[in-house]
Amino acid sequence: MGMTIAEKMLAAHSGHDTVVPGQLIECATDWVLCHEITTPAALRMLEERGMDRVFDPQKIVAVPDHSVPAMNIKAAKMYQKLKSWVQEKGIEHFYDVGRGGIAHVVLENTGLMKPGQTLVSGDSHTCNAGALGAFATGVGSTDLAGAIYAGKVWFKVPETMLIRVTGKTNPGVTPKDIVLEVIKQIGADGANYMVMEWVGDYIDQLDMEGRFTLTNMAIEAGGKTGIVAVDDTTRAYMQQRGVSPEQYTEYQSDPDAKYKVVVEIDAAQVEPTVAYPHIPSNGRVAGSDRIRVTHAYVGSCTNGRITDLRDVARILKGRKVAQDVQMIVVPATQAIWKQAAQEGLLEIFVDAGASVSYPSCGACLGMHSGVLGPDDICISSSNRNFVGRMGDPSAQIYLASPATVAASAVEGFIADPRRYDAEGNDLNAAD
Amino acid sequence: MPRIWKFGDSVNTDDILPGKFAPFMAGEDVFQTFAFHYVRPEFAAQVQPGDVLIGGRNWGLGSSREYAPQALKKLHIGGIVAPSFARIHYRNLLNLGIPAFEYDLTELLEDGDEVTLDAQTGLLTYADGTVQLPPPPEFLREALKEGSILEFFKKHGRFPGEEPGAEASTETASAAE
Repeated sequence: MGMTIAEKMLAAHSGHDTVVPGQLIECATDWVLCHEITTPAALRMLEERGMDRVFDPQKIVAVPDHSVPAMNIKAAKMYQKLKSWVQEKGIEHFYDVGRGGIAHVVLENTGLMKPGQTLVSGDSHTCNAGALGAFATGVGSTDLAGAIYAGKVWFKVPETMLIRVTGKTNPGVTPKDIVLEVIKQIGADGANYMVMEWVGDYIDQLDMEGRFTLTNMAIEAGGKTGIVAVDDTTRAYMQQRGVSPEQYTEYQSDPDAKYKVVVEIDAAQVEPTVAYPHIPSNGRVAGSDRIRVTHAYVGSCTNGRITDLRDVARILKGRKVAQDVQMIVVPATQAIWKQAAQEGLLEIFVDAGASVSYPSCGACLGMHSGVLGPDDICISSSNRNFVGRMGDPSAQIYLASPATVAASAVEGFIADPRRYDAEGNDLNAAD
Repeated sequence: MPRIWKFGDSVNTDDILPGKFAPFMAGEDVFQTFAFHYVRPEFAAQVQPGDVLIGGRNWGLGSSREYAPQALKKLHIGGIVAPSFARIHYRNLLNLGIPAFEYDLTELLEDGDEVTLDAQTGLLTYADGTVQLPPPPEFLREALKEGSILEFFKKHGRFPGEEPGAEASTETASAAE
């Protein structure tokens, strides 16, 4: 019987020729990604049990990202715990504040994580790295502790949902809209415990940045991970990071692989989509209701990449953020920050009246640097709009693409970005 | 006598423990007092050991944060019963030894109903009868006998569920499901 790409990777990492959904396996982890919020709890579990060791310091990537730069003394202590462990265990892949950014986006750019490899991290958006043709999934602190100690994690082999996206999107429609549309269709538990495998000619022509946005959001449909198989785009991306095809294994799903569900998406039918409060599956067409916004946020591991910032700059160039709106733009990593500066994007943001912040997860989870207050209404390029996610429980969070966030920031209301063409011209402007 | 706390669909990890009350934010000793702080503000003060939480589908969606179930463990809840669980949260519950049962009790029971739950057998007794809940997977019960999967690994050099060198079989698959 044929296997899916996920099944092939899990078989290869558990010493089996084949695996089938439902089978329990002990899976070797090529990489363990550690940030300062969930790692200290895992380390304490190991210390309490006399298991304070690291399976291989060369296979751990540590990136403080949630509460950095520390916003209070408690956060500073969490950072210290991660850093002292890194130093004590000789973990070389440490991307400190000023040299890193948001862990998932840092990792995808290092060239360390390769196609065909496995990754776990104590963070639900670990599925992000599946766009590399890899198997990456988030776990809690106990499983993270096990992976740090043993380089292994137990899995029940998941079933796979095939999502085939065909055709071309209309201008102003982005990968974020595609994934919000899929989650709207299948529900916030529509892929519970399934792999979301993305295929189709839309995916074939999509850049790596867009693919990461798709796989990053797998968890918002309950997915174990999202995967895009390796193709020339992936190979070129890895080559740019000094990694040649001989250095990794490519897996492709067999033609007779079994899928639990097949979802068909016609890209041309997808409209700019906004997930209304308080669940990511609550999608509606951008601008279909007149909703005033007080805050606009561009950033996060979902949509803080250079392509996202270009989308925002296209619309903000020569315009101002509406008087009543506070806009924050957060490049996801130091490297993206630098590139945005070189391309003149940061200047466009500042001229428009947006605050450009340092790479961090802070505002996305209501921790610091942009926490929402009572009754604030935020249009956000991030991934979750649960009650209290970004601050006060009375705040309203609307999830959207960076382009929709930018258009909304300019207009002061949730807006349809299709009003602006590829050069940022306002198609509705009278002239 | 333990009672039922009834919730709806899609109880997420921010509902269970809002991120701003994480242990390192609120304090290691008191973070559990913020469990369900926004959605059931009276919960942490009134919950009694052995109380059973029931909810609708997709219990525990959202973050991987293990301190959400840790807060419930510190409050000594008797278990959680919901027709489906989000996968990372389900792992966390089992890894922490919090009984979790995939079953829909929301039609049968109301908030405040008195119940007893035998976490080992999954037998739930309420005023008008009993319900046999499907127990957690055998391999995890095996692990929890040692304390957690960490103690199990330390003792056996492997995780529970798979014997070293075991080959794939459909028997294994159906047993695991």
